[in-house]
Amino acid sequence: MTGLLATTHPTIPDAITFVVSAMIILGGAIGVITSRNPVHAALSLVATLFGVAVLFVEQQADFLAVVQVIVYAGAIVVLFLFVIMYLGVDRQENINAEPLKGQRPMALLLIVLIVGGVIALAVNAHWATGAKSVAGSTTANHHSNVYQLGQSVFTTYLFAFEATAGLLVIAVVGAVVLARRPRLAAAAEREEEAAAKASDDHAGVTP
Amino acid sequence: MSLPGPWYLGLAAILFGIGAIGLLMRRNVLIMFMCIELMLNAANLTFVTFARMLHDIGGQAVVFFVLVVAAAEVVVGLGIVVAIFRRRASATADDFHILKG
Repeated sequence: MTGLLATTHPTIPDAITFVVSAMIILGGAIGVITSRNPVHAALSLVATLFGVAVLFVEQQADFLAVVQVIVYAGAIVVLFLFVIMYLGVDRQENINAEPLKGQRPMALLLIVLIVGGVIALAVNAHWATGAKSVAGSTTANHHSNVYQLGQSVFTTYLFAFEATAGLLVIAVVGAVVLARRPRLAAAAEREEEAAAKASDDHAGVTP
Repeated sequence: MSLPGPWYLGLAAILFGIGAIGLLMRRNVLIMFMCIELMLNAANLTFVTFARMLHDIGGQAVVFFVLVVAAAEVVVGLGIVVAIFRRRASATADDFHILKG
């Protein structure tokens, strides 16, 4: 399989898959940065994430493609939509307002320079040189991608994996602390509600 | 098999550039967060491409951890946005100068 990988030429369906998913990815990305409504931006983000998942499948990263769809497109974008709806910021935004003069042309110039440099490097450089396979091959012993990735994560990267558990706990606690209403404000709100209810009851007595 | 690696690397570079442009140009905090997700995805695509080119599963393991960190980052970031929005009722980055002395 490893030998085949090096010698087999890309086929027409592979090229078509790449072109279609690249168009979906770039279209979604441009949709994210140009739509004025955050809900539309979140939906464009889903398109981009799906396109990246297709390219993961194309590169034999099956498990990551599934996780990409479930975690990113499923959980993270839904979290974004929750917050957009909760805050009610789904109103239009004036994109043309430019509070910091000259910042946008500078930003555009900078990014174009950086991306142009990276692509020029990609054209000229010899990629894929240097030491190989610290953590094992993607296709060794004809095991599936899930087997390979699981073995790598639970042996070579075991400490990092344990550390992510701590990271997730910290993130959950942090989110709860941040999103919790301060006790005083909550008490004041409750009193206000009770007062409003009492005045309603009074109004209800007189026919 | 799939196309040569540099195609994927170029696409990832362009995706990263679009994300960076959005991050620098937009003023809505939520959309800036989405642009960070775009940039993270570009980096993930690069890692997976190198994992294929070098026949090394380590690149895919790194992407696995990037996914976890991205999830944690979004949770905390959106928590901060909700906390700030409760005080200022605005999701524009220019209005966030609470920490200014």
